[in-house]
Amino acid sequence: MRVQRKVAMALTSVVAIGALSACGSTTTSTGNTPVASGPKQLQIFSWWTGVASSKALGSLVKVFNQKYPSIKVINEAVAGGAGSNAKAVLASRMEANNPPGTFQVHAGGGTLLSWINAGDMAPLNSLYQQQGWYHDFPKSLLNMLTVKGNIYAVPVDMQRSNVLWYNPTIFKKYNLTPPTTFSQFFADAKVLQSHNITPLAVANHGNWETTLLYSDVLLGTLGPTQYENLLTGKAGTSWTSPGVVEATKTFLKMMQYANTDYSALHWQQADQLVAQGHAAMNVMGDWAQGYFTTALHLTPGTGFGWAPTPGSQGTFAMVSDVFGLPSKLKHKTATLDFLKVLGSKAGQDTFNPLKGTFSPRLDANTSLYDAYSRSAMASFKKDKLVLVIGQGGANPGFTQAFENDMVTLLSSKNATAFTTAVASAAQSNPL
Amino acid sequence: MAQEVLPTKIPKAPRALKRRPKTWDSRMPWLTLLPSIVLLGVFVYGFIGWSGYVSLTNWNSFIPTLTWAGLKNYVTVLTSFRFQSDLRNIFYFTLLFIVGVLVVGLILALLIDQKIRAESLFRSIFIFPMAISFVVTGVIWSWLLNPTTGVNLILKAFGITGPQWFLSTRFVPPFHLGQINIGVPIALLAVVLAAVWQMSGFSMAVYLGGLRAIPDELKEAARMDGASAWRTFWSIIFPNLKGTTATIVVVEAAASLKVFGLIYAMTGAGQDFSTDMPNLNMFQTTFSGDAFAQGAAIAILILILMAAFTVPYVLSVLRGER
Repeated sequence: MRVQRKVAMALTSVVAIGALSACGSTTTSTGNTPVASGPKQLQIFSWWTGVASSKALGSLVKVFNQKYPSIKVINEAVAGGAGSNAKAVLASRMEANNPPGTFQVHAGGGTLLSWINAGDMAPLNSLYQQQGWYHDFPKSLLNMLTVKGNIYAVPVDMQRSNVLWYNPTIFKKYNLTPPTTFSQFFADAKVLQSHNITPLAVANHGNWETTLLYSDVLLGTLGPTQYENLLTGKAGTSWTSPGVVEATKTFLKMMQYANTDYSALHWQQADQLVAQGHAAMNVMGDWAQGYFTTALHLTPGTGFGWAPTPGSQGTFAMVSDVFGLPSKLKHKTATLDFLKVLGSKAGQDTFNPLKGTFSPRLDANTSLYDAYSRSAMASFKKDKLVLVIGQGGANPGFTQAFENDMVTLLSSKNATAFTTAVASAAQSNPL
Repeated sequence: MAQEVLPTKIPKAPRALKRRPKTWDSRMPWLTLLPSIVLLGVFVYGFIGWSGYVSLTNWNSFIPTLTWAGLKNYVTVLTSFRFQSDLRNIFYFTLLFIVGVLVVGLILALLIDQKIRAESLFRSIFIFPMAISFVVTGVIWSWLLNPTTGVNLILKAFGITGPQWFLSTRFVPPFHLGQINIGVPIALLAVVLAAVWQMSGFSMAVYLGGLRAIPDELKEAARMDGASAWRTFWSIIFPNLKGTTATIVVVEAAASLKVFGLIYAMTGAGQDFSTDMPNLNMFQTTFSGDAFAQGAAIAILILILMAAFTVPYVLSVLRGER
């Protein structure tokens, strides 16, 4: 009987440990107990917890505190899930009328538009006027932050998501050039395959990576104008149109040239395949270049090469972190002061080189960046800007449904069933 | 039976107790229970009720639209390919996971019960995985079972082509019901493997307790009667572990229906939703898709599933107490 009691005690302690660790995980993900931003403090909410991004945020806060030393900044970053955990925490705080001073969100018709439509964001027109920002940023970028004439957020960085990364050594060895069209892509892919090199490295552990690839194929097939009309739900566009079906078939054909274990890989691992010469190409946002240069110590141009994805020359598919002013915030001054620094040339020139992104300001100092970023900045200034599916570009309900349909497409390979499903998702989640 | 009749013969005593004037002594239990009852009522049952209400509304964006939607969200969820796949997965996962945990746990417990040396050391080793978070387990096993980098490299060294593990798209047997394939997803077996590794220490501990509770006299008697070890196990030991087994089944079933961290870290929804679970679906529907009402509908469906396992158990325990 004594033994039994011992076992029972051991069990109880194990259960207690389990309960504790469960609590531990919830408390660490929610962070400190939220305190509404008072007049002398400012909560900045983001998912910038990585080494580079938290360092960049820290330096921006330093610039801010030099100008406004009396305001105490509280970093309310929530780690994990590429921002999905942060989004969950933010949603519950907004729901409880306890918004942070300001928060990170992606520009576009996704979460940002949802918050605007819900009446949770305050317009920043007078701040833009006062700071002269209407002329400092490209008009098409500001349009993506504007609803019915009111602008709701300040962009702090810029990333490109229609980039084809390639291994220059392999391309030189087999006399290939980075493909500018899909037929060139498939011609290159055949050559690479005959030499036992995986033509296209794909990752999909997070279930968003293939959606990004699909977005770029769709953009390259339809061209920017039709693509944009489709993504913004313009009348007369349809997800079952022949162009979308064709793009879907091209996408499926590209997947035939991909590594088979893509659903086990994170995007970094796919880029590693390219860097190490096991695969030749990868389509990923230009956060990949930070991975190439800092984690793998490669030199832009010789260690890794880049080009716009096939058919998307002259278009810049953008992902931009923006910050706004929650309308339910009691003390707005600290947030407005922070946004002034966030949108300023000094603030952005400090923040972006550390973060591995570039400043979307037209007068950004290009000498602070490496070869890749300089070329991206040049494209950004002259190219047409569009959004992507995922990365906060489109209606969250639509994006979720799209990613679910993508899972089915990857195994069923049925293009028409996919476009029908996506069309019905677009109908129940208006873009 | 005869014993149970006894108290009815002296019915006056309990009645006399009841008539006793209310004192601190009789109120004290209720007062001490009150805080927990209030907290449970608000934070568990109140929120369950709120989720149930939300699931019947049109709140499927950041704008809290609490207009009546009837069962619309339930229809959307139940007809979706993803949720139907989830039901298949949770069924097979729970079944295989529980069988795995029972078998492995029982074997370990029997081995440890052989009066071996360093018993407590082995006990600790076997129970240790339970102290690890499911997320850590998920990450480790996703490395181990990655077909291009994990244990398959060892198998390759012996000239064996390893299985695809959690990347397999096979269903055994392949059998379609409506839009989904209701065979066992092979990819799910890799997840079951990781889960059994983590949780069989628990069943071992419970079984060990059960084994130690069987009086030695019973085993002694069986041996005197000339029963083999095998026979002793099936006729004496196993029947005596019924209650223990039921406890493990209920606890592990509840754990299995709640599985989230393991899937989130290890495989995600998987190819063709072969490793997706209702909880992961609920999280993504609610917080990636901002479809709060649909997420709430999934939550209520999970609650019903859980209740199907736990309510009969609780009822039988209550009946046993009476």
